[in-house]
Amino acid sequence: MRKQNNTNTKTNGKVNPLKPSERMKIPRHLPIEQGAEIRISNFEEVSQGFNFELALEEAKRCLECKNPVCVDGCPVNIDIPGFIQLLLEKDYQAAIEKVRESNYLPAICGRVCPQENLCEIVCLLGKKREPVAIGKLERFVADYEMAHGKFTPPQKAEPKNQKVAVIGSGPGGLTVAAELAQRGYDVTIYEALHEPGGVLIFGIPEFRLPKHIVKEEVERVKALGVEIKTNVIVGRTITIDELFDELGYESVYLGTGAGSPNFLNIPGENLSGVYSASELLTRVNLMKAYKFPEYDTPLKIGKRVAVIGGGDVAMDAVRTSKRIGPEHTILLYRRSREEMPARVEEVHHAEEEGIEFQMLTNPVAIHGDENGWVKSIECQKMKLGEPDEKGRRRPIPIEGSNFTIDVDTVVVAIGQSPNPVIQQTTPGLETTKWGTIIVDEKGATSREGIYAGGDIARGGATVIQAVADGKRAAVSIHEYLTQVREENKKKAEQVAES
Amino acid sequence: MFKIVDKEVLAPTLSKLIIEAPFIAKKRKAGNFVIVRATETGERIPLTIVDSDEEKGTITLIIQAIGKTTTIMTQMERGEFFLDVVGPLGQPTPIDNLGTVVCIGGGVGTAEVYPIAEALKEAGNRVIGIVGARSKELVILEDEMNQVCDEVIVTTDDGSYGMKGFVTDALKNVMNDEPDIKGVYAIGPMPMMRAVAETTRPQEIKTYVSLNPIMMDGTGMCGACRVTVNGELKFACVDGPEFDAHKVNFDELIARNRTYEDQEKMSLEAFLQEQECKVHDAQTEQYKYKD
Repeated sequence: MRKQNNTNTKTNGKVNPLKPSERMKIPRHLPIEQGAEIRISNFEEVSQGFNFELALEEAKRCLECKNPVCVDGCPVNIDIPGFIQLLLEKDYQAAIEKVRESNYLPAICGRVCPQENLCEIVCLLGKKREPVAIGKLERFVADYEMAHGKFTPPQKAEPKNQKVAVIGSGPGGLTVAAELAQRGYDVTIYEALHEPGGVLIFGIPEFRLPKHIVKEEVERVKALGVEIKTNVIVGRTITIDELFDELGYESVYLGTGAGSPNFLNIPGENLSGVYSASELLTRVNLMKAYKFPEYDTPLKIGKRVAVIGGGDVAMDAVRTSKRIGPEHTILLYRRSREEMPARVEEVHHAEEEGIEFQMLTNPVAIHGDENGWVKSIECQKMKLGEPDEKGRRRPIPIEGSNFTIDVDTVVVAIGQSPNPVIQQTTPGLETTKWGTIIVDEKGATSREGIYAGGDIARGGATVIQAVADGKRAAVSIHEYLTQVREENKKKAEQVAES
Repeated sequence: MFKIVDKEVLAPTLSKLIIEAPFIAKKRKAGNFVIVRATETGERIPLTIVDSDEEKGTITLIIQAIGKTTTIMTQMERGEFFLDVVGPLGQPTPIDNLGTVVCIGGGVGTAEVYPIAEALKEAGNRVIGIVGARSKELVILEDEMNQVCDEVIVTTDDGSYGMKGFVTDALKNVMNDEPDIKGVYAIGPMPMMRAVAETTRPQEIKTYVSLNPIMMDGTGMCGACRVTVNGELKFACVDGPEFDAHKVNFDELIARNRTYEDQEKMSLEAFLQEQECKVHDAQTEQYKYKD
């Protein structure tokens, strides 16, 4: 299938006159970025991506491998050489359509996907030089389309007259909805918050993923006929069984994410001035607290902020805090820089923005003043021991190394757990001891017709993983509902015969 | 969009609104709350569901103007819309036939304890109501409480109506008269709930309070509403809002609730000033027109 695609789109160097050896000599192009000095005082997007010239020059670097390993590196197997070739031909619209065949959210994934660990890490060019900037090229073609407004929804299959409910409008839910709507199903997305987009709206900051981009991608899902109902908490406003029994849905996809913040369970964690990263980010991103008092939701960031954690959410939290304007913004992480799970690009950006990194530091208590406000954080020095089961070296406390840092704001960004509402209100839905929903290799749960994916099944993953899970589940749901249709048809025939 | 189908001003800063929300009306139980976002720039405000009408598909909310967002909400009129209403949220109050119970509401808390009193009465309890307010004009839902309680005691801080004193003074009298109180349900300002907890603690009367910490999404996603109950971390929005009053760390909660005091005050003052200016402008405009 893929090979065919490649022969269709490749023009064997007609468009790209450069020989492979010449292509390899071109250094990787850097995107246009807001300077660190300027961007720390605004919430506008840090990376502006490529302009036409940069995109075309970068696209020339693609070696057009016969066996494009980048496609296998992509969790949703985008035909990467195919779209790059179209880009080189300056048929930008065809290029974005090629991407959208595999990923319905290209403007989002082009921005937040950890390409350096997926498609780009396997790029052959990267063996000797730097890999092709695939992510930035994906973003370029997606932005091109948004700027020039040529989007037309893809062709939809014949109506199946079967209803599917998707719970959660994050990247996974949007993908399932888009995939199934294209296959002819009636899809409704139920969202608990007042705005669709899930983590793309409340979690990822404006400066990394502008909300107008998310809104536009959501509109594209709606353009397929998908209905989105906000302010519905499935499990409270309506249960899964009511969706099946009373509203006539024949299949349900659970893409509710892992939204419940974890805390350290150390003394002082409930003092005023201690936030979970989720609270900080939701106040800023969803409720626009950075525009207070124009928007009513407040946020109080003091003069010295400590953010605890080493993942992408910690980076988002620390960089968001920085933009509110404290004098010092410190990131505390209990392992060393090498073990940090955050994207390299984000760590780099944070560093440029003047975030102070304090590694091998583990908070043990938060101390407050007489009014119950954070005054300081007590930490313990750590050293690295043997690697754990994931291969990351385990942090070990150094006895007698406690010290305190004066801070007035603490943000805890040590991960999230699944919200238990649906599990508690859906009999027969099996979960792990961590509360994640158990799914098989097709994304099917223990209940017939119910599928799940993304963080609610994995515990904590990436946007692209949620998209990949959504695509897989959409295929499974289509198979399942096709089977249901055939069985119903057989039954109807039997009734007619008798 | 959620239509305001009826409105009644209960006191200068207190409005009762009937909202069209059929799914919530069908599902809600005593003790549940909703989160309302009235306007695009407004905060998400948690409000106890006071009553509901499943047939009409409506819920009743009583809102006290405290900050900017709630002031705007109390000023909204019949026919206008709330942008977002989500719920029912929180764990419902466990309702059993226990015997004699006391339901205490302080200020706007009366609106919140009323549905619990109603449910407890329906379950067969003997319900004694205590309704407290600062002064006579702030006493709310006295008639409604009379309908669902076997006895209602009204207290005012200034003695302008009912018994002069705090709800805890009335509670002490009830505890003297009634030897076998099986449960106390208290909702009101945090210091009041703490005082009730201390009043019933010596006799170990099971006491429930409905906590109103800072809350944002109301779905367990942000952790803003975390409280310490029996030494454990709980989220009021999903684990509560009701908890065993004798196990709640009130000091911590009261301190946490002051987090945004300055900003809330600043925001409200700016808003009220702006409103005054608008009124002033309108008056000048009118004057000019006459001229």
